[in-house]
Amino acid sequence: MFRRLHEVARPVLRFRLDGEPVEGREGDSVAAALLALGRDACRETAVSGAARGGYCMMGVCFDCLVVIDGTGNRQACLVPLREGMSVETQHGRREPGR
Amino acid sequence: MSDEYDIVIIGAGPAGMSAATAAVAQGASVLLLDEGAGPGGQIYRAVTTTPLTDRAVLGPDYWKGAAIATAFAAAGATYQPGATVWHLDAERRVGFSVDGQARLVQAGQVVMATGAQERPFPVAGWTLPGVLSAGAAQTLLKAQGLAATGRVVLAGCGPLLWLFAAQSVAAGLPPSLILDTTPRSNWGRALPHLPSFLATPYARKGLALMARVRRAVPIVSGVTELAIEGEVHAERVVYRRGIRAPVTVPVDHVLLHQGVTPNLNLPAAAGCALDWNEAQACFQPRTDEWGATSLPGLFLAGDGAGIAGAETAASRGALAGLAAAAALGRLSETARDRLAAPMRARLTRQMRGRAFLDALYRPATAFRRAAEEALACRCEEVTGRMLRETAERLQVSGPNQMKTFLRCGMGPCQGRLCGLTVTEAIAQARGVSPVEVGYYRLRSPVKPLTVAEFASLPNTEEERLAVERG
Amino acid sequence: MTREYDVAVLGGGLMGAAIGYGMARLGRRTTILDEGDLAFRASRGNFSLVWVQSKGMGMPAYSAWTRRSAAAWPEFAAALKQESAVDCALDQPGGFTLLLSEAEMERRAAFLARLHAQPGFETYPYEMWDRARVRQVFPGIGPDVVGASYCPLDGHLNALRAFRASHLAFAIRGGDYFPDHPVETMEALPGGGFRIATSKGAFTAAKVVLAAGTGNARLGPMLGLAAPVRPQRGQALVTEKASPFLTHPVVTLRQTDEGGIMMGDSQEEAGFDTSLGLGVLAVMARRAARMFPEIGRLNVVRTWSALRVMTKDGFPIYQQSEAAPGAFLCNCHSGVTLAAAHALLLAPMIDAGALDEALLGAFTTRRFDVPAAA
Repeated sequence: MFRRLHEVARPVLRFRLDGEPVEGREGDSVAAALLALGRDACRETAVSGAARGGYCMMGVCFDCLVVIDGTGNRQACLVPLREGMSVETQHGRREPGR
Repeated sequence: MSDEYDIVIIGAGPAGMSAATAAVAQGASVLLLDEGAGPGGQIYRAVTTTPLTDRAVLGPDYWKGAAIATAFAAAGATYQPGATVWHLDAERRVGFSVDGQARLVQAGQVVMATGAQERPFPVAGWTLPGVLSAGAAQTLLKAQGLAATGRVVLAGCGPLLWLFAAQSVAAGLPPSLILDTTPRSNWGRALPHLPSFLATPYARKGLALMARVRRAVPIVSGVTELAIEGEVHAERVVYRRGIRAPVTVPVDHVLLHQGVTPNLNLPAAAGCALDWNEAQACFQPRTDEWGATSLPGLFLAGDGAGIAGAETAASRGALAGLAAAAALGRLSETARDRLAAPMRARLTRQMRGRAFLDALYRPATAFRRAAEEALACRCEEVTGRMLRETAERLQVSGPNQMKTFLRCGMGPCQGRLCGLTVTEAIAQARGVSPVEVGYYRLRSPVKPLTVAEFASLPNTEEERLAVERG
Repeated sequence: MTREYDVAVLGGGLMGAAIGYGMARLGRRTTILDEGDLAFRASRGNFSLVWVQSKGMGMPAYSAWTRRSAAAWPEFAAALKQESAVDCALDQPGGFTLLLSEAEMERRAAFLARLHAQPGFETYPYEMWDRARVRQVFPGIGPDVVGASYCPLDGHLNALRAFRASHLAFAIRGGDYFPDHPVETMEALPGGGFRIATSKGAFTAAKVVLAAGTGNARLGPMLGLAAPVRPQRGQALVTEKASPFLTHPVVTLRQTDEGGIMMGDSQEEAGFDTSLGLGVLAVMARRAARMFPEIGRLNVVRTWSALRVMTKDGFPIYQQSEAAPGAFLCNCHSGVTLAAAHALLLAPMIDAGALDEALLGAFTTRRFDVPAAA
C-alpha cells in the first residue's frame, strides 16, 4: 500500500474507479491515485490475461494501461487525475470503439 | 505555437531546460516539448510542484533543479508540457501530440534531451503487481508524496538505489530490507578509479548518504540470485548469496533498480548511429563534444547521450543549446567556444569519479539477461527461456530476427523494457559481444498515437497515389 | 574447410525457408545461407495475406500459380504445425476489397471483368457486393463504403509464425542455417555442382537456389542468371491488440489473430530507402478510418517500411540456368501467398532438376527479351 506522507492542503478530487466513487488528490496522476487507493494492479494483459500494474511511472513500460473516460489503453502514469473522471480496469485487449 | 522554430528541444529535464535557456539567450526561437505535466524531467520531477516542502526529505541535490527551472521559466522559450513526441526525422520534422491532437513542427535544429530510463531488471516475478522500479517509487515520492508501506524490499544496485533509500529514510518510511546485488567482483575493477572518485564531492556525499541508510535499514549484500513470487501480487522475495541456501522474505512491495541507461527510441528512430558502451553495458547514441549526433542538425544532451548524472546533464544541455544556436548562425564559432569554455571546465569537474561509479555498479551479467522463467518482454510475454531456446535452435543472429520470431519488442513499449535483455541473450547464445549483435531497428511512432491522429497529418498528391491505386 | 550439401539455398527469408524446408523434407542435405540481422527482409514487413483476387492481369499463369498455392496452404500449414508445433493461424474465409466511391466501384468491376476475360485465364468465383451486403459481414463499415469485391479463395495467416515455423521445420528436418554468411562468389564446378564462397568460408552443393530477393540481382549473373528486380517500398501501420472485430481480411486492412489491426499498403519507388513517409502513413490511416471509423480510436504501436522484390512486370521469376544447370533463380513479391507452392510444388521440381513447363514456363526472364526489330 502506498501512503501519502504529508497531508498537504491538496484539494480532494472525486472520481470513479470501476464505477465506484473514490477520491484522489490534485497533483495525482491517475496511476498515483490508484496506488494510493491500494490498487497495485490496474489491468489484465492482452496476451495472457495476467494482472499488471504500473512499473516505471514515467511512461516507458506501458503496464499502467487503464480505460479513462471510455478510452482504452491510456497510460495512467501520464494522465493527470481530474474531478469526475471515470477510470476502469483494462481487461485484456482493447475493444474497438472504446 | 508556430509551425517552425529555430530550435526544438525535447525533454524538460536538466539538459533540456539548460539547452533552452542557453539557446534563447542567443536570440533563437525555441520550442520545448515535454511529456511531463511540469518541468524537471525525471531527476527533478515535480520540482516546482512537489508537496514535500521539507527540503531535507528529497535533499539538496534535488532542489538544485529549482534554480534550473527558474532560469528556464525566465528565459521565455515556448514551453509545451503534456506533449508526447512520436516522430523525429533527419529533415528535423518533429511530430507530437497534445491531448490527442497530432501536430508537426519544423525545426532548424533539434536538441533531444530525452534522458535515461531504468535498466530492465528481468528477474522472475518482476511483472507482478506490487513490484515497481525504485525510480517509480521515487517519482511517486517527489510528485505526490506517496511512499510504499508495509514490508518493502528494495533490491538491486546503483547510486539511485542508495539515494532513494536515503530519501525514504528521511521521509520516515524506510524500506524493510535492502538486497544489494552489486557484484563483489566489481570492486576489483573499480578500485583503480577510487582515488579520483575520493577527490570528488560525490564521494563524501555518497558515503554519508550510505551511512544514513545503513543505520536505518538492514542490508544484505552480495545477492547473486533473486526471484519474486506470488499468485496475483508479489508475496515473497527469494534470494541467494552465492552457494548459500535460498532465503525467502515475505513482502508487500518490491522496488527494483539496477542503474539507468539512455532512452534510445527517439534518436534511434530518427536514424542516429548507436554505439555500445562496454563500461555501462548499454547502447548510447554517438555524439561529439557538443552533443551533435551522426545526423546533421540533431543534437542529444544529457543522460540520453550517455549516463553521467544530472549535473553534467545541465552542462551538456547548455553546450548543445549553444552549438545549435551557432549552427543557425546566431553566434559565431568563436563566441560559441568562448561561452562554452567555462561550461566545459565545469563538465570536466562534474565527470570526475564517473569511472568509479560505472565500474562499481555495472550490473551482474546474470541480472542483465532474463531468468529462464522471467518475462524478458513484458508486452508480448516472452520469457528468458524462449529467447535462449530460439537463439540456439534457430541460430538467431540479432534482435530483429528474434523480434520476427517471438514478437519481443513489438508491443506498445517498443523494446524499451526488453531491448538490452534481448541483445544480451543473443550475445550470450552466440558467444559474441553485444556490439556484433546490435539493437532493435526502431521506427516512428516512438510512442503510440491513434489512427485518427495519423489520419490528420498532411500528405502530398504523390503520397496519395502511392496508396490509392485502384 | 568446405561444407558439402545437396542443396544450398541463398536467402533465409520466407521464400528461402519454405524452399529449404521443402528440400529438407525430400531428404536432401540442405543449407540456407543468409545475411545478418539487418537484411532487407520482406518476410518481416509483409501483409500476411494469402491472396488470389486481382492477381494475374497480363499473365494468366500467375493467377493459376497463385491459386495452386492458396489451395496448398492448408496442407502446408498442417505440415508446419505437425513438425514445428507452431500454428500459423491460417484462415481462408474469403476476402474483400472495400471501395470508397462509385468510381472506385466501377473501376474495380471493370478490372475484374477484364482480368477474367483474358485468354487462357482459369476463372474462379468472385462477386461485386453492394453496401448493404457488405454491412452484413462488416457491421462497422463507415458511410463512405459503397461496396466491395469479394473472392471466396482469399485468406490470411500469421506470417511471422509461418516464418518461424518454416525455419523450425527446416532445422528439425536436419537443415543447417547460417546467418551472417553473405555470399561473395559462386562458380559451377567442372564435374557438376557449385562452389559458394561466403565471408565465412566455402560451401559446395549439387544444386543452388537463389532466393535472395533483391540480392539475386547481384548473385544471379555469377551463374548465368539475370534477375532484373528492383526494390519497391511498402509501408504499413499496426495498432495495439483489439478484441476480435474483423472476421475477414480486406486487401489493405486485416486483424491479426493476436488482435492488432494492420493497415497498408503503399507502393513507392524509392530505391533501397526504407525510411518512413508520414504522408503515406496518413493516407493509409485515413482510408482505414473511412472504412471502419472505430479503428480511428485505436493506437498505432508500430509502423514499418519494407521492400518488395519487383520485376519489370511485377510477376515472379522462376528459372533454371542454362549455362549452369542445377542453379535456380526464384524471385517474387508475394512470398506469403506463394510459400505453400514454394515448399510443396517448387521444391520437388528443383529436386527433379526441371521446372514444370506448364506451371512455370511463363515465368522465365525470356519474357523480358523484346525482339530488336519488333
